[in-house]
Amino acid sequence: MYRKTVAELSRQLAAREISSVELTRSYLERIERLNGTLNAFITVDPEKSLAQARAADERIARGDAAALTGIPIAHKDLFCAKGWLTTCGSKMLASWVSPYDAHVIERFNAAGAVILGKTNMDEFAMGSSNENSFFGPVRNPWDLNAVPGGSSGGSATAVAARLAPAATGTDTGGSIRQPASFTGTCGLRPTYGRVSRYGMVAFASSLDQGGAIAANAEDLAYVLEVMAGFDARDSTCLDRPKEVYRTALARPVKGLRIGMPREYFSQDLAEDVAQPILEAVESFRRLGCETVEVALPNQRLAVPVYYVLAPAEASSNLSRFDGVRYGHRAADYADLLDMYRKTRAEGFGAEVKRRILIGTYVLSHGYYDSYYLQAQRLRRLIARDFAEAFKRCDLIVGPAAPSVAFDLGAKRDDPVQMYLDDLYTIPINLAGLPGLSIPCGFGGRGRPVGLQIVGNYFDESRMLMAAHAFQQATDWHKRTPPAFT
Amino acid sequence: MLSLDQVRAIADLARIDVPADDAARLQQELNGILAMVDQLLAVDTSGVEPMAHPQEVHQRLREDAVTESDQHALFQSAAPQVEDDLYLVPRVIE
Repeated sequence: MYRKTVAELSRQLAAREISSVELTRSYLERIERLNGTLNAFITVDPEKSLAQARAADERIARGDAAALTGIPIAHKDLFCAKGWLTTCGSKMLASWVSPYDAHVIERFNAAGAVILGKTNMDEFAMGSSNENSFFGPVRNPWDLNAVPGGSSGGSATAVAARLAPAATGTDTGGSIRQPASFTGTCGLRPTYGRVSRYGMVAFASSLDQGGAIAANAEDLAYVLEVMAGFDARDSTCLDRPKEVYRTALARPVKGLRIGMPREYFSQDLAEDVAQPILEAVESFRRLGCETVEVALPNQRLAVPVYYVLAPAEASSNLSRFDGVRYGHRAADYADLLDMYRKTRAEGFGAEVKRRILIGTYVLSHGYYDSYYLQAQRLRRLIARDFAEAFKRCDLIVGPAAPSVAFDLGAKRDDPVQMYLDDLYTIPINLAGLPGLSIPCGFGGRGRPVGLQIVGNYFDESRMLMAAHAFQQATDWHKRTPPAFT
Repeated sequence: MLSLDQVRAIADLARIDVPADDAARLQQELNGILAMVDQLLAVDTSGVEPMAHPQEVHQRLREDAVTESDQHALFQSAAPQVEDDLYLVPRVIE
């Protein structure tokens, strides 16, 4: 059962060939057996999951099932789910049980989906390797010595090793697309404002966006249909007409104009990644797409811009963790100020502290104009580059990451090296555009390579359609890690 | 480049305790990050409006009506220290 896609499981549940209880139990058993090796989940709660599964089976029996009714979905551990531990991979929230549901969780619950568990992540979504988790690193099922990417590394590994049919993630600078690329899964970051951020613990509010990881484009369409939707409680969530992404999948891609940014095919790209990416472009040409070269001249500034804006927003968002209302509080302190300082020193890990300090610095008196406003101006130039490019093409393609998954520990002591890993994903977040990564081959040591497909604002349908067409013509998305099949 | 004193001042603003023997390592890490970030300082951006948000839409307004119910007992159940419905912190006024 665990080899099946969301689409297949949905059909089987509706036809009552399988029950949600059976299905949920089979995934829970697989997690029980394999999570010790992979560390993809922080929390599973079989009793809660099976109660939802039983309710789903009753709903299916009554004949009022929706597409995801009875399907178990794993959630990145920064989506608040009522009664569930919601840790954000941090000691700060290691024992915090959410008293409410995120909008995304409400929508999955309303659709009758089953919460399968909460997945591991880089602390507060800050990281590109999942080594920054208080709960230990996640392993890449393709090679246990490799990182799964981050920050949604637990979700990506869970889907790659078939511990879950699909999982949610969030993407602030590449945190869905990069781990999808590293684990040979499909990851979609929607347009900023498409999915409500209510109940999604904030890292950098103008960049954060919830999305999903699944085995193929069709499954992403199933999941996005549930996740996307207006919510007044997120002031930047946009009220858009409802779309049925599944019906867009089968549209023909012939005549689509595919943009290839010359900056994405530069010397920064490893040879073993460039090859599969270029072959994927060739596949699109064979499907009748036309390729055009485009330019994103300000792309080289995206990583520096991001490491001003994201830490600035993080330093204000994470000021809420003060040891007063929730979360960790230091045991010994002299006075209130000392309590704050010790609580935050103990509760946050090294990377989170670095980013809070950088953010505090760039927002401080005398530096605000030169760093923060300058970064916002450059953000506009980066967004304009995409607007220009999209005058000449319908979609942009390129690598999701400059290399295949690196070894555990390889970049742990060099934060800047780790940051540069996101050079192809960050510009999309700065512009607020949607992007996805789909597997398109293998690089060195048999590690997966992801093709990034970027769409214009609210063009997820077209991105999924192109990804689906590619997956009808190739079978990279069907490859599974040999040790976990 | 940040001096050790600047690192301590920033940590103070951020309310993060930095042990004395940790400050030099932190200084080096932060300066490494800023060396990468500082590339953006040299770019001419005159005449470019800062972009705060990807979708430039106006803040929505809503009816001035109560939308939240009283859940203080539930919310306070997660607090480290509560007494008589109040959050407790170390004494600040002697």
